[in-house]
Amino acid sequence: MTTIDNGVNVQALLDAREALKGAPEAAQFTWRASAKWQNGVHSTVTIQSFHGLGQEQSHKSESVFTADHPEVFAAEDNGITPIEYLLVGLASCLTAGVASVAQNRGIQLRSVESTVEGNHDIRGILGADSDVRNGYNDIKVTFSIDADASKEDIEALVAQSQKRSAVFDALTNPTNVTVEVA
Amino acid sequence: MLERGEVANSWRRERWDSLRLLTPNWLSRLPGHRYRGPDPDGYMTMGEVVEFIERFATVTRAPIRTGTNVTSVRRTDDGYHVTTSHGDIGCRALVIASGACNRPTVPPFADAVPASVVQLTPFGYRGPAQLPDGGVLVVGASATGVQLAAELARSGRPVVLSVGEHVRLPRLYRGRDVLWWMDAAGVWDQRHDEIDDLTRARRLPSPQLAGTAKRRTLDLNALTAMGVELVGRWAAVRDGRALFSGGLRNVFSLADLKMRRLLDTFDEWARTHGRDAEVDPPERFAPTHVPESARWQLDLGSGEIRTIVWATGYRPDYGWLDVPVVDPKGRLRHEGGVVDSPGLYALGLPVLRRRKSTFIHGVEDDAREVIDHLTRHLAARR
Ligand SMILES: Cc1cc2nc3c(=O)[nH]c(=O)nc-3n(C[C@H](O)[C@H](O)[C@H](O)COP(=O)(O)OP(=O)(O)OC[C@H]3O[C@@H](n4cnc5c(N)ncnc54)[C@H](O)[C@@H]3O)c2cc1C
Repeated sequence: MTTIDNGVNVQALLDAREALKGAPEAAQFTWRASAKWQNGVHSTVTIQSFHGLGQEQSHKSESVFTADHPEVFAAEDNGITPIEYLLVGLASCLTAGVASVAQNRGIQLRSVESTVEGNHDIRGILGADSDVRNGYNDIKVTFSIDADASKEDIEALVAQSQKRSAVFDALTNPTNVTVEVA
Repeated sequence: MLERGEVANSWRRERWDSLRLLTPNWLSRLPGHRYRGPDPDGYMTMGEVVEFIERFATVTRAPIRTGTNVTSVRRTDDGYHVTTSHGDIGCRALVIASGACNRPTVPPFADAVPASVVQLTPFGYRGPAQLPDGGVLVVGASATGVQLAAELARSGRPVVLSVGEHVRLPRLYRGRDVLWWMDAAGVWDQRHDEIDDLTRARRLPSPQLAGTAKRRTLDLNALTAMGVELVGRWAAVRDGRALFSGGLRNVFSLADLKMRRLLDTFDEWARTHGRDAEVDPPERFAPTHVPESARWQLDLGSGEIRTIVWATGYRPDYGWLDVPVVDPKGRLRHEGGVVDSPGLYALGLPVLRRRKSTFIHGVEDDAREVIDHLTRHLAARR
């Protein structure tokens, strides 16, 4: 087999899988974000530290995300809307999955592009119709992948990336959410 | 041989009335003992299975003590001490053949289902007549789930089927029973030490197959055509509502892709072994139809669903085994049936030594190898 390189260190992931089988405590991660209201519906969210492998961890640098709403919502549009951040999460998670699965299956990728569309009936959040939910009604992801593989193998890559995706799971299955005032 | 009930106990006590084997008669064989009736391509009823196994027990003069429940097995210096409902036994070696399906598995959120809804497992289910009128939610779309969903839909009840990952198979492929292909092409003979991800192979659900006179395919498209409503994997109960996964489309894709790959394997085998002429041409099946919009929640208090049937799998019960060889998930620790305790062996567990290990015809090869090891163990200890 020719060596293929999608830039994913699959061996490290497989080693981690083996190591964590016997150490479930180390596998417990906590991801954190801190948000701060700016003005109007504009806020900033910073992320740097997280917990995992039994200790505090840190990203190389702090990331700052700006969230706002567009002008059609009578807002200043300093950044994308919170619900768009879900699309960022989903698309990047599935893309990472495609690359990892391809690496593991010996498939060389040349390009992986996708578009994500979330259909959202905003009457829900406006309280205009109590039968309409607040969140997305449905989300559609379309991948275009150029790789040394058959169409079927590419479909299998995309299916497997959904099967192992944290964000796909978080969006398709219910999660307990607790919101408190400190 | 110790048996708490009667010979073929699981087939007598733990199956529903209409069940037939999903393995064809010619395949459901035991060493030196096979079906000799007029319908080799048919599927045995439970009565016929019991008779078949009883006959095998008689012919082989198996030394069986029925009505003898094993309540404890403990290690001693040179073997095991077995406590039974009919006295104690000492032995140097012991084979655990107590079955892989002693208890139905039910997810923990079953406790949160409102009391107004009747809940059944395949061990309690006998047939549609026993259920109250009204809607049924069948949970799980493997062999048990698809068969019960079909039977309940035919009884005129509205049926919702909650579908997680599953194994889709056509009943017939290129004119032959799909299990003929599994057998002939050697898929079932694949050994435990050749399988990449053995843990996953051992957890693989049973295929969507049923043994019917018409040899019909019972995949999700067949169920949809019967009016069964498909929903995603049941994830949680919140405020009296069942919440289903929105990932239904992907479990369909996964199953369709895996089926296609398996059929490719069969075609490849037929081509390279010069068998193309004796079977029909290759065929491919329509992808699983995705419902326009699958419901992702269902109000369990609304009266729409009167009964839930949990077809969420089975697990072994080792409550009587006082030897530390069971992992935290309740699975026996063993290597090809050689258990992690000298002189202790197992048979009849998923992919024990081969993909066919849990099927009636699959135990023969495993048993030979396991007993070989056992004999050597006894010889070495003399
Ligand atoms: C719903 C269903 C359908 C199936 N359909 C098919 C099919 O179509 N074709 C096929 O090949 N396979 C089928 N199988 C798989 C089938 O279980 C196996 O083929 C076969 O029955 C396994 O036999 P066994 O002896 O290993 O286990 P079992 O049949 O479970 O026998 C184990 C025996 O051990 C006894 N026992 C357990 N614990 C104790 C104890 N503590 N003391 C004393 N005795 C004990 C039990 O009473 C039981 O009689 C099906 C399984 C299920 C659940």
